[in-house]
Amino acid sequence: MRAAATASTTTQTVNTGPSLTRVTVVLGSGAILVLTAMVVAVAIGSVGVGVGDTLAILGHRLLGLPLARSVAPGAESIIFDVRLPRVLTAMLVGGGLGLAGTVFQALLRNPMADPYIIGTAAGASLGAIAGLMAPILLPVLAIGIGSSWLGLGLVQVLAFAGGLGTVLLVYAVSRANGRVPVVTLLLTGYAVSSVLAAGVALLMFFSGQHLGAIFGWLMGSLAAAKWTNLAFAAPLLTISAVLLIVRWRGLNLLLLGDGPAANLGLDVEREKLMLTMLATLATSTVVAISGTIGFVGLVVPHVLRLAIGPDHRLLLPASVLYGAALLTVADLGARVAGGIPVGIVTALIGAPFFIWLLRRSRVVRPVVTP
Amino acid sequence: MTTALRSDVMTSLEGVAFAYPMPEGRREVLRSVDLTLARGDLVALVGTNGSGKTTLLRLLTGVLRPDAGVVRFEGRPLTDWRRLDLARRVAVLPQQLDLPVGFRVAELVGMGRAPHARRLFASTEADERAVARALADAGALELTDRFAEELSGGERQRLLVAMALAQEPDLLLLDEPTLHLDLAHQVALLGTIRRLRDQRGLTVLAVLHDLNLAAAFAPRVAILDDGRVVADGPPAEVLSPDLVRRVFGVQVDEARTPDGRRHLALREV
Repeated sequence: MRAAATASTTTQTVNTGPSLTRVTVVLGSGAILVLTAMVVAVAIGSVGVGVGDTLAILGHRLLGLPLARSVAPGAESIIFDVRLPRVLTAMLVGGGLGLAGTVFQALLRNPMADPYIIGTAAGASLGAIAGLMAPILLPVLAIGIGSSWLGLGLVQVLAFAGGLGTVLLVYAVSRANGRVPVVTLLLTGYAVSSVLAAGVALLMFFSGQHLGAIFGWLMGSLAAAKWTNLAFAAPLLTISAVLLIVRWRGLNLLLLGDGPAANLGLDVEREKLMLTMLATLATSTVVAISGTIGFVGLVVPHVLRLAIGPDHRLLLPASVLYGAALLTVADLGARVAGGIPVGIVTALIGAPFFIWLLRRSRVVRPVVTP
Repeated sequence: MTTALRSDVMTSLEGVAFAYPMPEGRREVLRSVDLTLARGDLVALVGTNGSGKTTLLRLLTGVLRPDAGVVRFEGRPLTDWRRLDLARRVAVLPQQLDLPVGFRVAELVGMGRAPHARRLFASTEADERAVARALADAGALELTDRFAEELSGGERQRLLVAMALAQEPDLLLLDEPTLHLDLAHQVALLGTIRRLRDQRGLTVLAVLHDLNLAAAFAPRVAILDDGRVVADGPPAEVLSPDLVRRVFGVQVDEARTPDGRRHLALREV
């Protein structure tokens, strides 16, 4: 306070955000990482296609470049019809989970939060399993099981609706006197998830020969990736990502608490509702096309917060890029390991890495200091 | 601009009542509060724990709505104000604030510019100048690049003052700003607030607990008791041993400082 009298006449400025160089380095490296992972992941598989041929095929199909004659016959179909949709799905799913995890950790002011925490996973699982078992539950649906709706199967539609519907229910139940306290939201989400998990367990108990399919879905897998699923997921994820990234300021303010955020001009309840619904839209979309892949949405925000700081201006776009790169590499690992569900890879490698990271960082960083 | 129409009154509570809804009924906090702050006023608000001082501040920011009566800012009822417009004029230094981890002081003070934000991602030069000035005014310039979680209690309080000043408010509401501060930091903080009021014409309402500190700091003291403002005026008139006994139930003796100001001394506990 000693400086007050003298310094108040200065016209200097203080930089309050990341510099342009920093933004370029962080997001530029992320973009390069994603593109590299994409090309490598498309090139590697049971039928080897060289990186050069892969680039030539991608250039031919995506940019209309002439295709060199040296490319092996059949390679084009493997790359374009099988591997590319799968790799693009991995990128979308990873980016969506990274982003949604970042949003929920800040919104709920809880370092344990992930995209699934307030009921998305439980609701989507119940929906998906009901879809998988529909032929047993309601034989009349067996006729419709092979048909598709907007290019999606019954499982995807029910998973998407289950995730979104559960969060709407949790949010409505948590509301009291026009407010939704985040602690109530967390606890209600946990309670509703438990009820739905009981339903999932019950269905699994009676599932018979469907158990394998159910289990694969719960672990999360990208084996069923298709262009039609991408056509559904890509627009929804793009819209929710853009609308979330431009809300960086609100997310920063909410870290201060509801009262201080309101005093800084934020319409707190409206902002919490928007953030919850957009992040849930992203999560439900992702879960519908990939099942419940664990750990990506928990680890990516933590690693990035340690590496580049907690300012959501940079953290949100970075979580999309680095989440996309992480899952692309993890899915490549899952394919190379003989086609195991990618959820097993993210848990097996992600969890120990996360523990190492927590022990290595000077302090285990919570989102907010009490 | 409507400068000509502006009255001297910055903000006012008129017959304001407020009760918190509780599971087993309502807990009445304010029964009928009348309080008017003129432009440039510097008022200390005192009262027992639970007498509704913080509630009163929250009514002034519109975070709470009164059950009866009306709260006005610039003559207009608060219900007519958009939250964002109000945040450009009124800043609050809350009693307790959980600071997010990993932010630097400059970034946090930058959050004080949120109500003035004009661009989607970038800050304007006006923002950066306001932040520099707020840091300087709060005596926090040397903390600019420090992490918030590494600050001491006094440094942390300076950061919070800088955040509030970055809002460039006309009305500053302080909720026990001297809590957790030693005597030197208490005096320094209140001195800063007082100087800002003198130089910038800030209007200030500060909840304080130490009656002698309130008397030394503010030319006007309001006392809240039993849901009402029971005394409001210069500290020499308001803070009498009789009133302290009535409001706080504590016996104090009156002493005079060498320069003739009244001092309230506790009897041995």
